[in-house]
Amino acid sequence: MKKSGIAKIILGVVFAALAVVGGLPLYKHRHYKMPVIAGPGVTRVIKLSDFVPSLKGSNVDTDVFVLEGREPGGKALLMANTHANEPAGLLACLIGIENAVVEKGTVYIIPMFNASASRNTKAGDGYPLYFDVPTDWGAKRFRMGNRDASPLEQWPDPDVYIHYPDRQLLSYLDVRNTNRTWPGRANGQIMERVTFAAMELLRRDKIDVAIDFHGAETMFPVTNCLVAPDKSSKIATLTAMTVKAREGFDSHVEPSPRNFRGLSHREIGDFSDTLPFLLEAPIPFLDQPTGPKTVKLMLDGKDPFLLSLSKKNKLFVPYDENGWPMEKRVGQHLSTALEILRQFTKKNAARPIVLSGVPRYAEIVQAGVGKYFHDPAKADAKQLYYE
Amino acid sequence: MNIVMILYYAITAFIVLMLAWNFVREKKKVNDMVLYLLVLLPLVLRLLRVK
Repeated sequence: MKKSGIAKIILGVVFAALAVVGGLPLYKHRHYKMPVIAGPGVTRVIKLSDFVPSLKGSNVDTDVFVLEGREPGGKALLMANTHANEPAGLLACLIGIENAVVEKGTVYIIPMFNASASRNTKAGDGYPLYFDVPTDWGAKRFRMGNRDASPLEQWPDPDVYIHYPDRQLLSYLDVRNTNRTWPGRANGQIMERVTFAAMELLRRDKIDVAIDFHGAETMFPVTNCLVAPDKSSKIATLTAMTVKAREGFDSHVEPSPRNFRGLSHREIGDFSDTLPFLLEAPIPFLDQPTGPKTVKLMLDGKDPFLLSLSKKNKLFVPYDENGWPMEKRVGQHLSTALEILRQFTKKNAARPIVLSGVPRYAEIVQAGVGKYFHDPAKADAKQLYYE
Repeated sequence: MNIVMILYYAITAFIVLMLAWNFVREKKKVNDMVLYLLVLLPLVLRLLRVK
């Protein structure tokens, strides 16, 4: 055999090995099924495709857990993983699904709003594919996703994304960002259909309050806050003041900009009767000038470079040797959400939304997030859902 | 999957075939062989719907 033939065989074998070694973890990540236990409060589980049938059977369709109260009342929607690289909201929603019992009203929870983004990765930026949360029964594993939906669901990206219906020109990447495609449309790009399905849920079921859980960099000004349009600002302000006074954490109010389109806190308010809120908890993992993007950094939020920047007043949140751990972020999300619902109930006595069984900030910071997750191996198969 | 996406997969498949064909036809330059395979890798992963 000629030398070139031998070289080709060797190169072909190396190519196949690289494709398998590089591709297999990505394939496994994309097909990893995370178990979710429907707790005692969950009365039924519906799908986003119930509102836009063209999503049925696709990787973007996702579960909507419905927790109906013993007594009638108002309705609230909690959403997480709009950006799947901001997982504190996902953990907050799962704690709600596994533990919450609704006394009055109805609560809808979508833990994996952008299901495709949760199957996308940022391996080139050194993101881990998974992260594990320690629990009493072992580690609970979660897929680490990305900000945008996977191109495997929606490809190619346009040169410029033209928002519907305002025709505002946005970054090409935002066509896969479900916090830029609100209010969406039934026959649009697949991410526009996802947000349109959520809008239909809000409108058809007459949902009063929508809360979208996010995370933001410590170096980004819109962090550690509650974003609300004018119609939600009174409840947002009362919530921010109450959690600060009663629970000791800061979550200031940011106004939803009127001329920046596609965001949930803007379009939900403009295109439905729902009061929208978007919660941002600081997530040091997403900051650019950090050390390696490890699972440890994701969970404890401790980074020496951010600490150094903090001493030079370059961060928008207080930051010390304790970092900004997941417990604080999840606790903030849950306490703020509960307070929003309490303030809504105070103002709308005829449409109360009252929950029990959901831990608040201090409890989560003390006990850890894992304490509130149950062992799927011991759960009734009828209660198990896979995201 | 919409029509534009299907066309992009068709374009990708065409480029994969061209690269593979050039790799097979290359007789001397090992550098070029390596280059063809490096370019091929992400395209194959996309065609297989892995990444």
